[in-house]
Amino acid sequence: MADHLIEIDIEKMMVTVNGPVNLAVKAVIRKGELVAIFGSSGAGKTTLLRILAGLIKPDRGLIKFGDLVLFDSEKQINIAPQNRNISLMFQDYALFPNMTVEQNIQFAQPVRNCKEVDKLLSVFGLAEFRKRKPNGLSGGQKQRVALARALARKPQLLLLDEPLSALDSEMRTKLQNEIAQAHLLSGATTLLVSHDLNEVFRLASHVVCIENGIVSRSGKPGDVFSDDSISGKVQITGQIAAIEKNDIINIVTVISGNNQITKVIAFENDIENLKIGDRVIAFTKAFNPIISKLS
Amino acid sequence: MDTVFAQTLWITFKLAVSTTVILILIGLPFAYWLTYSRFRLKPFVEALVSMPMVLPPSVIGYYMLVIYSPRNWFGAWLAQVFDIRLAFTFGGVLIASVIFSLPFMIQPLYNGLRSLPDSLREASYTLGKSKSVTFLRVLLPAIKPSVITAVALTFAHSIGEFGIVLMVGGNMPGETRVASIAIYDEVQSLNFSAANQYAFILFAVSFVLLATIYSVNKKYETWQII
Repeated sequence: MADHLIEIDIEKMMVTVNGPVNLAVKAVIRKGELVAIFGSSGAGKTTLLRILAGLIKPDRGLIKFGDLVLFDSEKQINIAPQNRNISLMFQDYALFPNMTVEQNIQFAQPVRNCKEVDKLLSVFGLAEFRKRKPNGLSGGQKQRVALARALARKPQLLLLDEPLSALDSEMRTKLQNEIAQAHLLSGATTLLVSHDLNEVFRLASHVVCIENGIVSRSGKPGDVFSDDSISGKVQITGQIAAIEKNDIINIVTVISGNNQITKVIAFENDIENLKIGDRVIAFTKAFNPIISKLS
Repeated sequence: MDTVFAQTLWITFKLAVSTTVILILIGLPFAYWLTYSRFRLKPFVEALVSMPMVLPPSVIGYYMLVIYSPRNWFGAWLAQVFDIRLAFTFGGVLIASVIFSLPFMIQPLYNGLRSLPDSLREASYTLGKSKSVTFLRVLLPAIKPSVITAVALTFAHSIGEFGIVLMVGGNMPGETRVASIAIYDEVQSLNFSAANQYAFILFAVSFVLLATIYSVNKKYETWQII
């Protein structure tokens, strides 16, 4: 295996609300990339991150980080989370309530380095909150502390479990930049769990889609989420929010990107296989769209 | 009278402090094990630990006397190998008191640890910290109110202990006579002023301890786990 690749080939039986699902993920990731793990709830995204962090033991398989084997069921190798050079940013942030912002970051450092703490505090705009306990911070500030703390560990692999899911859309957009910055700053390979298409397009250079425990597609976000076989003038990818019948036609509402709403007229046979929640692509061939800058 | 009074109070507080110190040392690792172990017979261990809360002290006291008796193997072994006899001695009372107060130490610590989200422990592990560092620097400070409650409850419970001390230690001035037994003894002798002195001290100490628990816990109420 080449030194610049992360090889994942694992299986784990998961118990979900919909019954048992076998998570069987096979993926190869290039080191230094920002990779999105995309999929609906219960697909196994978080379980995959926890397996990589060493918090869940897979039933069988192999995880290799370059030449370093983190898990190998055949050779009975399972490196403890403490000894994997990985930072996991939890969905609930898991900030230590008894420590201040500064102490939370310091705690994560392998070797105490005050200058590095000051740098992280200033990069993430936390300098004025350094003496505050997590309870006195807003959602966005907590997210930044969690990100700064994850970087203080100097990880080779940074795992972000739906880091922006608890925030409103305005704050999300703002903090996506900080995640991109964190990725660049650390030089680590970053795996970001998300079910937000906009986030995936903005941040990730590669996306791995997981459906019902298996990798359904992977590649560049543009290739994975749009259909190259369609030689259309405009392509809109999104999710069906509503299907309303209006005389002999139907109006399908598609929500895409950052809450962008598109209404598409469809006939009865067009919507035969469609239901609310389906991911769809809407395209047109006949008209050339006109693009002009908004003042 | 004053020497006896001081001696009784000294034994009462010596018993309560020793019980509390021993129990915090046993209780912390034990509560940690109870919280995170996947041992299949854990419900039985939990039931055993909680037994002193529901059993009359005389039942525990009776079994302690049976165990201490040189006619049984443990008592005989202690007497032969170490020349130690535990029945009706301070040491014997202390062991009984530790067992009897065990749930008052374990329950608050166990509930405190269980109320913490797993992500706190896991975050510390993924940040490269060992189990002991995680326990001492993350989990223990996060359950500070539970630790204070456990210590204060154990101490308050130990200074008021009556039944088990009487069963295992009897009423030997200077050795096993504690304030709660002295109150009973003085009332039996119609010596109400002495009984009143003991009773007032026990009342005041217990009140101060409980008031401390409630005010400290109020202060930490704002410490929601993030």
